[in-house]
Amino acid sequence: MAEIATPVAPSVVPAPSWREGELILQNACPTGDLEKRWTRHKDNLRLVAPHNKRKLEIIVVGAGLAGASAAATLGELGYRVKVFVYHNSPRRAHSIAAQGGINAAKNYRNDGDSIWRLFYDTIKGGDFRARESNVYRLAEVSVKIIDHCVAQGIPFAREYGGYLDTRSFGGAQLMRTFYARGQTGQQLLLGAYAALQRQVELGNVQVFYNHELLDVVVEEGKAKGVIVRNLITGQISRVAAHAVVLATGGYGNAYYLSTNAKMSNATAIWRAHRRGAYFGNPSFVQIHPTCIPQSGDYQSKLTLMSESLRNDGRVWVPRKKGDTRPPHETPDSERWYYLEEWYPAFGNLVPRDIASRAAKRVCDMGYGVGPTGRAVYLDFSDAIRRFGREVIYQRYGNLFEMYEEITGESPWETPMRIYPAVHYTMGGLWVDYNLMTNIEGLYAIGEANFSDHGANRLGASALMQGLADGYFILPYTIGHYLATQLTQKLSTDTAAFADAEKETRQRIGNLLNTKGTRTVDEFHRELGKILWDQCGLARNAEGLRTAMSQIRELRERYWKEVKVVGTNEGFNQTLEKALRVADFLELGELMIIDAYHREESCGCHLREEYQTEEGEALRNDKDYAYVAAWQWQGEKEPPVLHKEPLTFEFVKPTVRSYK
Amino acid sequence: MRFTLRVWRQKDAKSPGQFETYEVDGVPADASFLEMLDILNEKLIKEGKEPVAFDHDCREGICGSCGLFINGRAHGPLPNITTCRLYMRHFKDGDTITIEPFRARPFPVIKDLVVDRSALDRIIQKGGYISVNTGSAPDANSIPIAKAAADRAFDYATCIGCGACVAACKNASAMLFTSAKVAHLALLPQGQPERRERVKRMVAQMDAEGFGHCSNTGACAVECPAKIPLSAIARLQRDFIWANLTPDPYAR
Ligand SMILES: Cc1cc2nc3c(=O)[nH]c(=O)nc-3n(C[C@H](O)[C@H](O)[C@H](O)COP(=O)(O)OP(=O)(O)OC[C@H]3O[C@@H](n4cnc5c(N)ncnc54)[C@H](O)[C@@H]3O)c2cc1C
Ligand code: SF4
Ligand code: FES
Repeated sequence: MAEIATPVAPSVVPAPSWREGELILQNACPTGDLEKRWTRHKDNLRLVAPHNKRKLEIIVVGAGLAGASAAATLGELGYRVKVFVYHNSPRRAHSIAAQGGINAAKNYRNDGDSIWRLFYDTIKGGDFRARESNVYRLAEVSVKIIDHCVAQGIPFAREYGGYLDTRSFGGAQLMRTFYARGQTGQQLLLGAYAALQRQVELGNVQVFYNHELLDVVVEEGKAKGVIVRNLITGQISRVAAHAVVLATGGYGNAYYLSTNAKMSNATAIWRAHRRGAYFGNPSFVQIHPTCIPQSGDYQSKLTLMSESLRNDGRVWVPRKKGDTRPPHETPDSERWYYLEEWYPAFGNLVPRDIASRAAKRVCDMGYGVGPTGRAVYLDFSDAIRRFGREVIYQRYGNLFEMYEEITGESPWETPMRIYPAVHYTMGGLWVDYNLMTNIEGLYAIGEANFSDHGANRLGASALMQGLADGYFILPYTIGHYLATQLTQKLSTDTAAFADAEKETRQRIGNLLNTKGTRTVDEFHRELGKILWDQCGLARNAEGLRTAMSQIRELRERYWKEVKVVGTNEGFNQTLEKALRVADFLELGELMIIDAYHREESCGCHLREEYQTEEGEALRNDKDYAYVAAWQWQGEKEPPVLHKEPLTFEFVKPTVRSYK
Repeated sequence: MRFTLRVWRQKDAKSPGQFETYEVDGVPADASFLEMLDILNEKLIKEGKEPVAFDHDCREGICGSCGLFINGRAHGPLPNITTCRLYMRHFKDGDTITIEPFRARPFPVIKDLVVDRSALDRIIQKGGYISVNTGSAPDANSIPIAKAAADRAFDYATCIGCGACVAACKNASAMLFTSAKVAHLALLPQGQPERRERVKRMVAQMDAEGFGHCSNTGACAVECPAKIPLSAIARLQRDFIWANLTPDPYAR
């Protein structure tokens, strides 16, 4: 009898591993009174005189809220700015899709809001995994964002008296969210886009459409420029600058299915990471509770139903398992409003991580509804009765229409069915208080950085952060570095540029020459499923180990079996995708390692081994109150972990309770 | 569901294009039009053929990227909707569907169904903004604006820049697009200081790009996914006449 084969040796199946590096003790954060830190910091930054600004070139990659606002403001200041976007117009950035609103501590409602409270809610909402200095500054500048956006002519919702209206969002007991019907992101982005176009007209900014960054050029620890590919002609060019700003958005599309725009990707930040930039908290991914559930494999993306709906919608499932009655036949007494029951203080407006986990929990328990049993109801019937159709239409009309188009069901007649979906990445490039990465002259702003949201972002705070970074923070802090670069001559004729260009061409060549049999999307879907199953709403050590080996294996197969048709010379959307998915495959591994190493639960990161009996996150401040900043070591080498300790001088970390 | 597709294929701006016919099968009724094209493209790639190039990104009707001319209509058979929000359940099993790019002289074809719509950005560059630098704004509530004015301004501000109005118009006029921005800003107090210059400059750029004149057929508003009303055009025309024919009160 033949011997039973032993399983494949674990060397082929690597457990997530890493090496410990040095602590990060320099983050440029000021000290002293929290309220005075930003002002004092600004007063101490080096300045660049107007005639010198004209001699300094800045590359901004991305023109979403963060990139467009930064580029426009830098142009106003007099710098020479070049913007690169892969879109065919800066107005198409993913920010355009943001629906619900933008937070600001204006206290126009007189409901007791203040900068302190917005700061506190954000720190607590992030489960005490963000820096106090950064978050306080964010709350502080939030006020000016609204002023500026109104001056730009952004038509925010108003009350009859002509003053600005606000609404509530998750994780807050105040109404501090400004909005423009269900299209706040669109209106804010068009404002920033218009400001950018004005600078183009004035000749201060050049925008290169259909150009994708494929590498960042670093020499002696300083950012020197970028390698870009013209997506229409395939031409690959070197561009030099005195500083490079990445405003390239989040990487939620690593999961294939997400609420992000289809082209959103990680290439810019991943390439920067490979050139030495630390990646902060890669596994901190926000899963949004209210999305339209997946209905089939053909599906290319998931659609968000804005969090604002939880202002008026009530979440429930039938009290009886497997109850297949149509929802309107279930009497109120037999409906389980589980959020209102579990979290009476915040009810339907608990933060996203809590609401998403609760939905998973009731579905795991067998109470889920719909054909797959993986959905819960979001019901507007009470609100329609109380306020009337007209008011509800004013608030959510476009969302109701969108829901009906996609599902064929009308939320006016039957509750929406919703389920959590990947939405936002709190993780991103590590940056200091000046929004500079550990590579000098390389900045990351907006969703591309890891900075302000800790382990969970509150609703309506991404727009706030993107615009805070772009309009009010980076334009000050970047001068501090640029003031030291006045005598630097720009050149693309260097070894670093040549290497980066050569590597880019090789990568493209390898993909085109693979001549495999499987499509890029097939690999991407597979990666997405691994990440969703093992690094999604709940994670555990065993699952993460499995995921690690699965991704490793998938990555190896990718470079042998992928089929990319066409050539580099010309418009080739398959090649574009293939390059992005190659980077997602590497990033996926780092996400797994990060999730595996953090042996605690916090915010979005629920490790099943570390939870209370009720399934709430069990944080471990003693061992894990730090930012995990990862350093790339090579494709086959384990990364190095640098910990940036988080200290809390002003808010005492407590068990986050929304009960 | 099963469909026969007649798709415009064109290698690049310089090459001539032609229709190619493809069969797709097994398309779920709940798939969107773009997901149907994804299914076609997966099939083509597997056969070693070049997939059909088309623009898309958000797939929720807000980014304005997608724009296909389907069976002779911009964004397909339903009124006021983007291509990405069109679902296959609106077609009949076995249908033949003709798919072309948005056609207009100022929108040159880049490849297959992808066109260059940067002419629209250049119209905005000429004045589709309020000239305010970051940092100089007064408190937001120091400028009260009647709710009705803000609501109307919002209606005009929702244009997604897709260019369907141009594709639907027999004159390839960009009037609905341009007027939406003019009307949005003209309704707000912040927009007043530059109101005269804005309308003149934006209209001049529209002409310079080669867009045709508006003959008020209203074909644009039927397709406009943002439901920009024709009243935008009336507002632009009034402002244009006022800006050109009435004396500038501040002239020396
Ligand atoms: C459906 C949805 C609704 C949302 N609603 C809200 C909300 O109501 N409130 C809120 O606060 N937040 C919301 N968010 C989150 C918020 O919209 C995003 O976090 C934010 O808009 C990100 O902005 P950004 O400027 O950082 O990046 P993006 O808007 O993603 O812009 C990225 C830019 O970078 C460019 N780019 C990227 N990579 C490259 C490259 N390699 N080369 C060249 N260019 C590149 C792109 O062309 C683009 O211009 C929502 C998100 C989604 C998905
Ligand atoms: S006016 Fe309507 S059709 Fe024209 S570009 Fe704007 S959204 Fe598209
Ligand atoms: S893909 Fe964005 S509008 Fe259709």
